[in-house]
Amino acid sequence: MTSKRVFDTNVQILKYNVLKEVIRRAYEGGMEDAYIEIPKVICPGPKSSLRCCIYKERTIIQDRIKMAMGGNKNNPNPVEVIDIACDECPAEGVMVTAACRGCMMHACQDVCPKGAISIINHHAVVDKEKCIECGKCSKACPYSAIIMQHRPCMVSCKVKAISIDENSKARIDNNKCISCGACIYKCPFGAITDKSFVLDIIDMLKKSENNTKYKVYAVIAPAIVSQCRFGRPTQVVTAIQKLGFFQVVEAALGADITLYNEALEWKEKGLMTTSCCPSYVAFIEKNFPELVPHISHSVSPMIMTAKLIKHSDPTAKVIFIGPCASKKFEYKLEKTGGAIDSVMSFEELQAFLDARGIDTVECEDTVLDNASFYGRIFAKSGGIVQGLQDIAKELNVEGLRPVVMNGIDECKINLLKLKAGKSTDNFFEGMVCEGGCINGPLCITHSPRNIVDVDKYGSEAKEKTVHNSVKLYQMTQE
Amino acid sequence: MTTIKVCVGSSCHLKGSYDVIESFKQILKKYDVEDIVDLQASFCLGFCAQGVTVKVEDLEEPTVQKIGDDCLFVHNVNKDNAEDLFVKEIYPLLNLG
Repeated sequence: MTSKRVFDTNVQILKYNVLKEVIRRAYEGGMEDAYIEIPKVICPGPKSSLRCCIYKERTIIQDRIKMAMGGNKNNPNPVEVIDIACDECPAEGVMVTAACRGCMMHACQDVCPKGAISIINHHAVVDKEKCIECGKCSKACPYSAIIMQHRPCMVSCKVKAISIDENSKARIDNNKCISCGACIYKCPFGAITDKSFVLDIIDMLKKSENNTKYKVYAVIAPAIVSQCRFGRPTQVVTAIQKLGFFQVVEAALGADITLYNEALEWKEKGLMTTSCCPSYVAFIEKNFPELVPHISHSVSPMIMTAKLIKHSDPTAKVIFIGPCASKKFEYKLEKTGGAIDSVMSFEELQAFLDARGIDTVECEDTVLDNASFYGRIFAKSGGIVQGLQDIAKELNVEGLRPVVMNGIDECKINLLKLKAGKSTDNFFEGMVCEGGCINGPLCITHSPRNIVDVDKYGSEAKEKTVHNSVKLYQMTQE
Repeated sequence: MTTIKVCVGSSCHLKGSYDVIESFKQILKKYDVEDIVDLQASFCLGFCAQGVTVKVEDLEEPTVQKIGDDCLFVHNVNKDNAEDLFVKEIYPLLNLG
């Protein structure tokens, strides 16, 4: 069992506990009264530990159960707001608190570039009409009396898809949202969360009758290495098989092929941007439609790996396990041709393992050696460019001028330059999560150590080049 | 059309699946059976301890009666014994028309 604390936040732990209970009931029975019993298990009372009272807390847990069971089927966005869980955080912007001493220095007034601060009755007063919320006054005040009051969800959303509705609840605009999931990890009340398809996955596993009717494969994202602090990646492979999966394949295998294809595609096009991050692709489609022709036609490593599996085993079901919220909509896109049957997050995987009583630390090692070094470091920002440069050299492709865009802000700046014809770069690696997939919103941990783990995992690859992966791909094309 | 699937699961992969695939490509050419045999790679065939495993699928009627199944597994294949094993175990099962 997960005795040690493995998650970063209490919000994650709550989500995990709900998922674990739902999964347990899917196997051991008791699904009929899940909505009544699970809230009591998680919030036994009589005192509430998280909210104003146990009744509100339990009602919110019911909504979490709904999300764990797939959420609102009519909403295509995997990211949703749980209305009742939204605590209607204040969003006053720059605010002078009672800590203002009415001093003589008026540092706040001096630094304000817009002249928005006046001193009335010895107190700083902010003119909201003039204020641009730059935050300089907040930093300048020697008493820390000026605070910036923003909703964490809105701050985390770099595409400005979250607004406040008439009931003061957070609202996601699906026309702007790119399902990156940043708000999921940032909302301190856990009011924004991702839908889980874990019950669909359990159903597929059960109906396979121990992989005899058809086989169920798990494709794992390379970011997994940083997620198993309490066991080796090779033990996690065994643990996943114990859940009933026939076999575990690295998404990094598909990444090898994606790299190779992208190198050749770039040679033809001369100007290209990556396509592996579905939020990044959605970001371009929604904000820079004129740049869409430059998006690589190579499918993402997840889809490529699934296609390879289905080529060798056409009745296979393939489940992707990763850190990513937007993979939960990517797999449903028509262009993927149904290669992936469902998606599970690392958080859900942890809940699944614990609900089934599988302890990773106790598991034996199962080898996992299909992918190369490059495929494995795909998970970090800059990994694609690193791989591409080496492969380009091998293929004698010259003239590559790559730029690594780490996080949405960098993507925005570079794409604006490209659109305006001011960019000198000709290959754009875009990842929406800062640091890359290793900091995906559905990671169990988001520690700086993650990047060290990914590099180590990459260097342990038996394959130092992408050749064998590419050979495998070519066989499927003949 | 008979299918030959070479296991490229992690375990077989380490034992040289890709060399076996290359060998089979040449063997199929040498024995002039490329037209009736489809060579493929396959993820784990479930015999990790006996790799590299090769599975021969879609065998036709007289053969099925002879071996009692429509597929055959050949184990412990490597690039050096691939031709011998092919000649001894697989070639007699092919429908040469």
